[in-house]
Amino acid sequence: MDQGTNPKLQESKNKRRITKTDVQQFLLKGRAFIALILVLVVFTSLSPQFVSPDNVVIITKHVAINAILAIGMTFVILSGGIDLSVGSIVGLTAMIAGGLINEGIQLPQLGIIIYPHTWMIVVISLAIGTLMGTISGFIITRFNVAPFIATMGMLYVARGLAGLRNNGYTFPNIVGRPEYGNTGFQILGAGDFLGVNYSIWIMVAFSIIAYIVTTRMAFGRHVYAIGGNERAAELSGVRINKTKIIVYSISGFCSATVGLIIASQLVAAHPLTGDTFELTAIAAVVLGGTSLAGGRGSIGGTLIGAFVIGVLGDGLIMMGVSSFWQKVIKGAVIVLAVIIDQVQARMQDRIALQKQQETK
Amino acid sequence: MLEKDPVLDVGSPVEADTIVLTAHNITKVFPGTVALDDVSFNVHKGKVSVLIGENGAGKSTLMKILAGVEQPTSGKVLLDGKEINLKSPLDASRLGIGIIYQELNLCLNLSVVDNIFLAREICQNGIIDKKNEKQKAIDLIHRLEQSINPNELVGELRIGQQQIVEIAKALAQDVRVLIMDEPTSALSASEVEILFRVIRDLKAHGVSIIYISHKLEELLQIGDFITVFRDGKKVADEEASNVTVPWLIEKMVGRNPAALFTRREHEIGEVLLKVEDLTLPRIGGGYLLDHLSFDLREGEILGFYGLMGAGRSDLVDCLAGAKLQTKGKIWLNGCPITSKSVTERIKAGFVLVPEDRQRYGLVQTLSVKDNMLLASLKNYMKRIFLLSKKEKIATDQQVKELSIRVASTQQPITSLSGGNQQKVVVAKGLLTKPKVLLLDEPTRGIDVGAKSEIFEIMNRLALQKYGVIFVSSELKEVLALSDRIIVMSKGAITGEFTHDEATEEKLVLASAIGHGPSNGGNNNGSGN
Repeated sequence: MDQGTNPKLQESKNKRRITKTDVQQFLLKGRAFIALILVLVVFTSLSPQFVSPDNVVIITKHVAINAILAIGMTFVILSGGIDLSVGSIVGLTAMIAGGLINEGIQLPQLGIIIYPHTWMIVVISLAIGTLMGTISGFIITRFNVAPFIATMGMLYVARGLAGLRNNGYTFPNIVGRPEYGNTGFQILGAGDFLGVNYSIWIMVAFSIIAYIVTTRMAFGRHVYAIGGNERAAELSGVRINKTKIIVYSISGFCSATVGLIIASQLVAAHPLTGDTFELTAIAAVVLGGTSLAGGRGSIGGTLIGAFVIGVLGDGLIMMGVSSFWQKVIKGAVIVLAVIIDQVQARMQDRIALQKQQETK
Repeated sequence: MLEKDPVLDVGSPVEADTIVLTAHNITKVFPGTVALDDVSFNVHKGKVSVLIGENGAGKSTLMKILAGVEQPTSGKVLLDGKEINLKSPLDASRLGIGIIYQELNLCLNLSVVDNIFLAREICQNGIIDKKNEKQKAIDLIHRLEQSINPNELVGELRIGQQQIVEIAKALAQDVRVLIMDEPTSALSASEVEILFRVIRDLKAHGVSIIYISHKLEELLQIGDFITVFRDGKKVADEEASNVTVPWLIEKMVGRNPAALFTRREHEIGEVLLKVEDLTLPRIGGGYLLDHLSFDLREGEILGFYGLMGAGRSDLVDCLAGAKLQTKGKIWLNGCPITSKSVTERIKAGFVLVPEDRQRYGLVQTLSVKDNMLLASLKNYMKRIFLLSKKEKIATDQQVKELSIRVASTQQPITSLSGGNQQKVVVAKGLLTKPKVLLLDEPTRGIDVGAKSEIFEIMNRLALQKYGVIFVSSELKEVLALSDRIIVMSKGAITGEFTHDEATEEKLVLASAIGHGPSNGGNNNGSGN
């Protein structure tokens, strides 16, 4: 080996190589970002109204819903799993919250009805959504069930429970009553801070927290490790089961948050709320460059992915493209993004080789 | 061979040693087999306790028990004379028992630093102190006299460097007992030297080492106490100074070691394979294969020797079509080979027995039979259906010819010992009816008995007019088996010797060409 290596030379080599991988990573992340710019440019050129401040806020509001789900999903996919239940948990938490506001907690044996405060309702709904994720995680780790199966089960169970809550009917007009002290639920969806809707702030807050957790905290690193090589992580002393359960709980929590936001925005809770949201969330994660095999990806990428899907969706609607074509285009874009990812990786190798041939 | 009492014999004859860790009457039963049968084992403070035995002798199982990965069926583990209960690797590492696993256990998607501190992150208020971690990682890498970039992804490192990371990871913990399960299987001679210096340094600091290896000379060089296992039992326990290689082999296999490493003369025929100007550039500069030209004759065993990363594996990968050269020509029997895929190369008559048996040689979920037939399935088909009778005839014949020890070819491949698994890989290659066999480290990680059987098979194949390319980093093996030896260094051919000319010194000298101390900064490549 290189004993007697000049340490300074080594240092400079190391530095150079860091920047090289940095550039590569930047390009890889940039790919989704370039797609976003491209989509924006196309729609803006077709309709200048597209990037008006009002419209941008509306689009971002739509994006926030998917982005929050996708952040939770990123944790799951990074750990090498998948969560198909998020859409159903959105529906279930919406129904739980709607029911608690309109009907309270009924205790017929005692003949009383308890109307919890709005903040309690929020806490209860979040707790139930999180619990659903925890149960999925528990089933996956304790009984060694494949994440696909366990969360698919939860997809049906949670959706079924959402329907059972009010026999398939909607809870309309969930504004509460002042005499019960449970008003104000609609503020979550309609309120704003500095002119920006709360849902967008929630997305920003979740993104920052998730970014710190994935890049700066031991838990995040363990998630990456499990996705990369579960056995190695286990033998290194990472608590696999605990980490996985937390990962699915995070996804459940994010889903519950979205359930509350949607119910609040609509001022109603419908049992089919969030149907197929899991697919858009997965699409955002994948578009953002996270590997479905686990271990590779980032929160930043997921956000960009969510924006690409959101902008594309709203743009196509504004252009008056038929909903069927919208689906065709969205599907094609998702697959195309992954293809580009693969092609680019291969191209990098080839370019590097070519360069070398030229210099020799 | 069982002249020594296998039951705990505390207090070795040397000076008053303190025993740190004791495995006391451990028995471990797996479904169908007894992996460890009432075994006792002592670890002395500040000494290297070597554990040796053929594959399946139970060494690794015992180490897994000591590291908390497996729990014994009966028996106990004592640390400083007190019984300890190891339920998980975490428990063991808390008590200061570290382990370097035989199979590399790293997260390829994480950086070197992240791997070193995995599950032991240095945190401040819940936030990882990356600067501190990086500095410590650099210190560890320097201690191992390496120049690996700590931010590089482990997946981008050579396998030898990955092994260094695995060692650094173990050193990062404050260990009292460090288990090393074949730590040198992917290291070059100079890297082994460095590791041994580190081990001596650890010993001086009172760390006890348990060392497992198949390389016998290595064991005698570094060990203080030698324990031999066979078939799940302890068969001998001796001070290293009283031990010789023949004694070790005898204890391990219970067989006369003179039968090992024999070479039969065989006739060498016409030129079979001709390679000209084969070139494979490396991403990031330099060459993996630097304009190679050589030929191989019928019935010839052509050995390729070189240090890790000299390009030997890249060469056989290129010939097998797993990597494609950018330049160069290949002729087989005088016909130019232009095919660009592994499938076509197999059809042309090349077959590769890859270095990493577990990952590239076998499909772990398939049976012995299915693995064996994987490369030649087309030959057992009638229209779109597989002919199970024909399959059975072919596999049974291979099992017989290579004396693969299986109860049934339907057995899962994972139930076989390393040596028998390797024979299945060879059988898979032979069933494609090749002309040129490319054997990349065919004896890596298999025991002495299985090695001699693999050599026997190679000899026989040469007699049957196959051309055999034999890549190995074991000097003795290359010298004993090859009709001709080509030495590679940094992707180039640096020496060629006939069987009679070749000596250990000549090979070592040639393999070190281009490895002068002046090549500083080559931190990622063939130069290591």
